[in-house]
Amino acid sequence: MNAPFEGIGASVRRKEDLRFISGRGHYVDDMNRPGQLHAVIKRSDRPHAKINSIDTSAALAAPGVVAVYTSTDLAAIGGLPCGWQIHSKDGSPMAEPKHPVLAEGKVRHVGDPIAVVIAATKQQAKDAAELLHIELEDLPSAASILDAIASGAAQVHDNAPGNICYDWHIGDKAGMEAAFAQAHRVITLDLTNNRLVPNAMEPRAALGDYDSSTGDYTLYTTSQNPHVIRLLMGAFVLGLPEHKLRVVAPDVGGGFGSKIYHYAEEAIVTWAAGKLGRPVKWTADRSESFMSDAHGRDHVSTAKMAVDKDGKFLAMHVDTLCNMGAYLSTFAPAVPTYLYATLLAGTYTTPVIYAEVKAVFTNTVPVDAYRGAGRPEATFLIERLVDAVAYDLGMDRVAIRLKNFIPRDAFPYQTPVALQYDSGDYFATLDAALKHADWAGFPARRAAAAAKGKLRGIGISTYLEACGIAPSKVVGSLGARAGLYEVANIRVHPTGSVTVFTGTHSHGQGHETTLAQLVVEQLGIPIANVDVVHGDTAKIPFGMGTYGSRSLAVGGSAMVKAMDKIVLKGRKIAAHLLETDVDDIEFKDGKFTVAGTDRSKSFGEIALTAYVPHNYPIEELEPGLDETAFYDPKNFTFPGGCHVCEVEIDPATGIPTIVNFVAVDDVGRVVNPMIVEGQVQGGIAQGIGQALYESAIYDAQGQLLSGSFMDYTMPRADNLPNITVATENTMCTHNPLGSKGCGEVGAIGSPPAVIGAIVDALKDYGVRHMNMPASPEKIWSIIQSRPAMAAE
Amino acid sequence: MPQVTLTVNGKTASVEVEGRTLLVEVLRDKLGLTGTHVGCDTSQCGACVVHVDGKAVKSCTMLALQANGSSVTTIEGLAAADGTLHPMQEAFRENHALQCGFCTPGMVMSAIDIVTTHPQGLTEAEIRHLLEGNLCRCTGYHNIVKAVAAAWPVMHGKEAVAAE
Repeated sequence: MNAPFEGIGASVRRKEDLRFISGRGHYVDDMNRPGQLHAVIKRSDRPHAKINSIDTSAALAAPGVVAVYTSTDLAAIGGLPCGWQIHSKDGSPMAEPKHPVLAEGKVRHVGDPIAVVIAATKQQAKDAAELLHIELEDLPSAASILDAIASGAAQVHDNAPGNICYDWHIGDKAGMEAAFAQAHRVITLDLTNNRLVPNAMEPRAALGDYDSSTGDYTLYTTSQNPHVIRLLMGAFVLGLPEHKLRVVAPDVGGGFGSKIYHYAEEAIVTWAAGKLGRPVKWTADRSESFMSDAHGRDHVSTAKMAVDKDGKFLAMHVDTLCNMGAYLSTFAPAVPTYLYATLLAGTYTTPVIYAEVKAVFTNTVPVDAYRGAGRPEATFLIERLVDAVAYDLGMDRVAIRLKNFIPRDAFPYQTPVALQYDSGDYFATLDAALKHADWAGFPARRAAAAAKGKLRGIGISTYLEACGIAPSKVVGSLGARAGLYEVANIRVHPTGSVTVFTGTHSHGQGHETTLAQLVVEQLGIPIANVDVVHGDTAKIPFGMGTYGSRSLAVGGSAMVKAMDKIVLKGRKIAAHLLETDVDDIEFKDGKFTVAGTDRSKSFGEIALTAYVPHNYPIEELEPGLDETAFYDPKNFTFPGGCHVCEVEIDPATGIPTIVNFVAVDDVGRVVNPMIVEGQVQGGIAQGIGQALYESAIYDAQGQLLSGSFMDYTMPRADNLPNITVATENTMCTHNPLGSKGCGEVGAIGSPPAVIGAIVDALKDYGVRHMNMPASPEKIWSIIQSRPAMAAE
Repeated sequence: MPQVTLTVNGKTASVEVEGRTLLVEVLRDKLGLTGTHVGCDTSQCGACVVHVDGKAVKSCTMLALQANGSSVTTIEGLAAADGTLHPMQEAFRENHALQCGFCTPGMVMSAIDIVTTHPQGLTEAEIRHLLEGNLCRCTGYHNIVKAVAAAWPVMHGKEAVAAE
């Protein structure tokens, strides 16, 4: 009988789906503890103001209210820590103003938490919060990057002069200047990367619990990395040792980066649970999410490329201003530096690169990593600049890419901005994408569209990104205050079933299936006999969680290492039972066999022997079959690929419709093709969202105008096309799986392809570049305001 | 406080509510049916969709008192008593139409309403248009559209695939 194929490469249907499709998921807000109270946060409705007074008396007297806390009550606890320290050009450390859990003396953005009201029901807490009397005295504000760096700008923090967090650089300035001086031409492009709200569908929530009999705290939270939260909150904010603090991130409804960070509400409910001796739950309303979840992107850049007369890239200069918001979120400083500027070579051989990045405080919500984190910003800049070079030189967009691609035989390839790419084949992904998209047939489609009065354009993006940020030693030298390894504990049970305890966290990625497939592949047992446990610090070893597409490349590699240990120990046990030498034992398809014979022991028999060691080499081998491995990668992984987008614009309305989207990505070894395809489609939906629809808009004072789903355009089913996804994979050379990561490629690769298509559709109107989002209004205005040039 | 009586997933329930209590609050907080989710506060996301007297309703936008005497079906009430999944649940699983699962209950309840109210068939464009009341941040909708199309012939007892 043939067992169904469930190992690496099988599109196994997801193990986790049954509970989700039947309403039995366990998200934080679904949990309730006996005696639970509800917290509601009173937030600033002003961008920048002095807190003159807070009168809590009416709120305290309201029905059901148990407590009201302000920063005065939290005097003994620390601010929210930042996990990455950047040093400026001059060697000085970044400005790192305190990020208080509740505002101290001043509020610095709309949504800044001022007070917490705790009551028997959420409605009572909400009603009482309305009774807080808070006197705020407005201060001048700095609502945008450009406002914040203007002379005489309002100061967000006293200890960050000029609102500068850091002024950082990377690369060879003198080399860049020399190359620019001799270049045939220097092509310049000014561009912005729009500010986004991540908007995972599950709003953030936190439930704190305290057991007075043991002094143990438990925090249930919507987190991508519960161990990181335990360390940050325990050690830096509340002063609780790890063994008295358990953090559980159960089913989490999407993250996209926004649930990496340690947020004030987590500390508040944990601290309050201890103070009141009762569980305390907080769940964000969506409008709170808009003004308290870390936002993403928000760059203003000037990019320059020096080229020779044939369009060969000689040197690149990038000058970027990036928005940190009002406080430093957990990993914010790393995003526009080591996850952005180090990517600026892209897929090209540009020999000299110099990048300057200035991070700026503003009176807006903190900005941190959002799906792609730095790499979408780098990719948009590079790919738009490459298109601008082609435009200015009158060259074909594909030809200029082919001319400058890193050759197939150049790997490992050292870029001028620190990274060394291990593998890739940009020619292969480009070829495949052009074929799938019928690039060659585009002129006919454009003509057909024109005949119908429509404007049609096609865009291309040949991107590269970096996942599984590592190694720990290197990131430590660059300012990380954490390690970036991963851990797996493989527990084989006496009858041969397996529980995997992983330090990674699944919030939609399907780890319970993908990681189980690794066990099927390596230990040869059916997937039904494997469970994957994640998200509970009381169960899993200390791991770093999930972000940066790291779970398979780093977490999966830790599993492979742990299973190598399982197999080696199993072979020793089998050698004993079969009375032969360990070197003679082969392990394949779940069987330990004496090589060249039919004498074998099943995986289950070996597991039982390990736990019932009656006939066992007890002198040399401990009982049990339970192994843990930590894996610290030697390098990042480097997924890449080619995205092609085709749009049609109705000139009467300016509305662009994506008529075709093709993504051909190189994600290394694929474990579950169905899941990879879904990850890429979802990433592209967010990339199209950024390119066409989404934008967090602040007014000149710092009021968030796009603060709800009524105002912030989330892509809906009828905004998106069917998406053709394919892979052309080269293997990662330095991890045991060869996997590179697929969670972010869609969001990274797609935006410049979409904008390239819009710009191409509008080329007769003299359009060279358009910033995101390419809204119908922008497109319509161009069509209205400029006469179309003669069609070719 | 006023009393509300509902038949939820075939069982009668009578609970005390405030005038302002929403149907979704009764389902989640009073009846423990946490499969129905709340993803926004502006009636935009559709995570809370349930069926009230057979019609898809955003339960965050209906007062509990308005539902008095109604029959409500939630995601927990879709599968048969023996655990056999509804064809739409099966189609979502088979077509990988969910990732984080948070929008899924509302999406499945809307999808059933869409298929039920279109016995004549559904094109892909129609499915996309009819799903516009439900937000998903994970899937890009591609596989949700496929799942709805796949469930149509099963729910209508036909062989042919509806969408092109």
